Amino acid sequence: MKEEIRVLTPAGMLGYGFPVKWFREGLSRNPDVIAIDSGSTDSGPHKLGTGAMTCSREAYIKDISLMLEACYEKKIPVFISSAGGDGSDQHVDEFLEIIKGIAREKGYHFKIAAIYSNVDKSYLKSKLKEGKISPCGPVPELTEEEIDKATTIVAQMGVEPYLKVLREQREIDVIVSGRTYDPVPIAALGILEGFDPGLCWHMGKIMECGAICAEPAGKNIFGILRKDHFIVEPLNPAERCTVASVAAHTLYEKTHPFLLPGPGGITDLSNTKFEQMDERSVRVTGSKFIPSEKYTLKLEGAKKVGYRSIFIAGVRDPIEIEHMDEIIERVKKDVEEYFSEIPKDSYKMIFHLYGKNGVMGEFEPVKDFKPLELCVILEVTAPTQELATAICSRARTEMLHSPYEGRIATAGNIAFPFTPLEIPLGIVCEFNVYHLLEVEDPLEVIRFKYLEV
Amino acid sequence: MKKVYLKDIAKVLRSKNSGPFEMTLDIIFKNKEDYEKIKGLGIINEDLISRIYNIDREKIITFVYFDAANAIKITIPRLRPQGTVGETDMHAAQQHIPLMFVEVPWE
Repeated sequence: MKEEIRVLTPAGMLGYGFPVKWFREGLSRNPDVIAIDSGSTDSGPHKLGTGAMTCSREAYIKDISLMLEACYEKKIPVFISSAGGDGSDQHVDEFLEIIKGIAREKGYHFKIAAIYSNVDKSYLKSKLKEGKISPCGPVPELTEEEIDKATTIVAQMGVEPYLKVLREQREIDVIVSGRTYDPVPIAALGILEGFDPGLCWHMGKIMECGAICAEPAGKNIFGILRKDHFIVEPLNPAERCTVASVAAHTLYEKTHPFLLPGPGGITDLSNTKFEQMDERSVRVTGSKFIPSEKYTLKLEGAKKVGYRSIFIAGVRDPIEIEHMDEIIERVKKDVEEYFSEIPKDSYKMIFHLYGKNGVMGEFEPVKDFKPLELCVILEVTAPTQELATAICSRARTEMLHSPYEGRIATAGNIAFPFTPLEIPLGIVCEFNVYHLLEVEDPLEVIRFKYLEV
Repeated sequence: MKKVYLKDIAKVLRSKNSGPFEMTLDIIFKNKEDYEKIKGLGIINEDLISRIYNIDREKIITFVYFDAANAIKITIPRLRPQGTVGETDMHAAQQHIPLMFVEVPWE
């Protein structure tokens, strides 16, 4: 067994860029792997629903080029997970094309493994009938109808597909995977080599966000996994990992502070200890992995729900601000009457009042204060872009001259910063699949492709 | 006893999505002493969360004191699935405000 596994993570998200200087510093510390996650549901359902990538192709080329250079020059394998953000098959292929392009241009040669995790809809429907699909969190039960409505459904794979590739192809240079549990590319080598899986997963969890766990938060981070502990250190000398910053990051974006469920089990941090090693690095011990009885994969899918158009306007008149709620009610009613031939439930008009309760909506605890200004955004969602814009436009003209009690400004009620006054925003999506799929075999829905460039 | 706001004694007080259907709130204290003091006071509890976010107590997904990080973690359902029609805060990054203004008896 190896004494240690050394992992270099250039950034928390592929495509967001990272400082080359500290990345090279990381390379000089002889990492066993360069591992980076590319995925997130954080940028919303739009990517998965429409097939868009989180970052531009150019941004991916830039980040991947730097890693491939190190891979070729220093023979350090590169693991990239959740290609394109959503991790769809289409984006794994897109990443393969990017890698091929860079290799051709620079004269590199690589052995590449691509791992795909799109899930077939008829397979899912049969699993649904067998009762093998359950909500992941506060999510409605899945139905056949929602499976059909989702554009693409991906399963978030565990570490097993990586282990299969690494066992079968020890000389692999690059792994690009579809939707993947974020810590996997960082944890994979350690798990393969028989290190404590609790430490492997916890190190993966901390490092998958890059140096966000440092103070101040940064990009490149280096991790060293050993038999009974791991050490994390940011590569930029201006940043420090502290007990507080690393422990705090353990909580980040998670449902529970010390029970982190993932494919195949839970990482239990209830006995984890964080110790300051030196000024800039932290040593972690005691993290445990508890395998679950049934192996589950998280499914993610999004559907298209319509088209959105908005207008943005400002209001400064204090008399009008006083009566804003009734103005909105009146505008809504007038627009509904005007479009009486359209079923009311086929479109939505939602007024966002930034300056009143725009950010927190129903969570807003402060109800009774007088804003000096309001930013009014009307969000209209309808079955077509044309209709969304037409409704938005009708509401805009209605609002511009809407009467209200005590009105003394009769020229126009709202201030517009932009033309066109109505702004078409395109397709609106919604996450409609966020469920756990029970599988017999962790590789059940996973497909592999090997290629050389 | 003098009262302060939670924002004045916390080191970190933040909100964030934990998946597209949940939002999570982290309160992290400056040191073990402050954390233990808050824990001992017992005023940060599920009833408080239920009241200030106006949600049923049984809808609270997580409410846990995490000693290793001097932290309290709370997770509740989002108002709507992230990023769809009617969204006001894509990352749920500005939903921690009611916690900031919780009054705490403090020396």
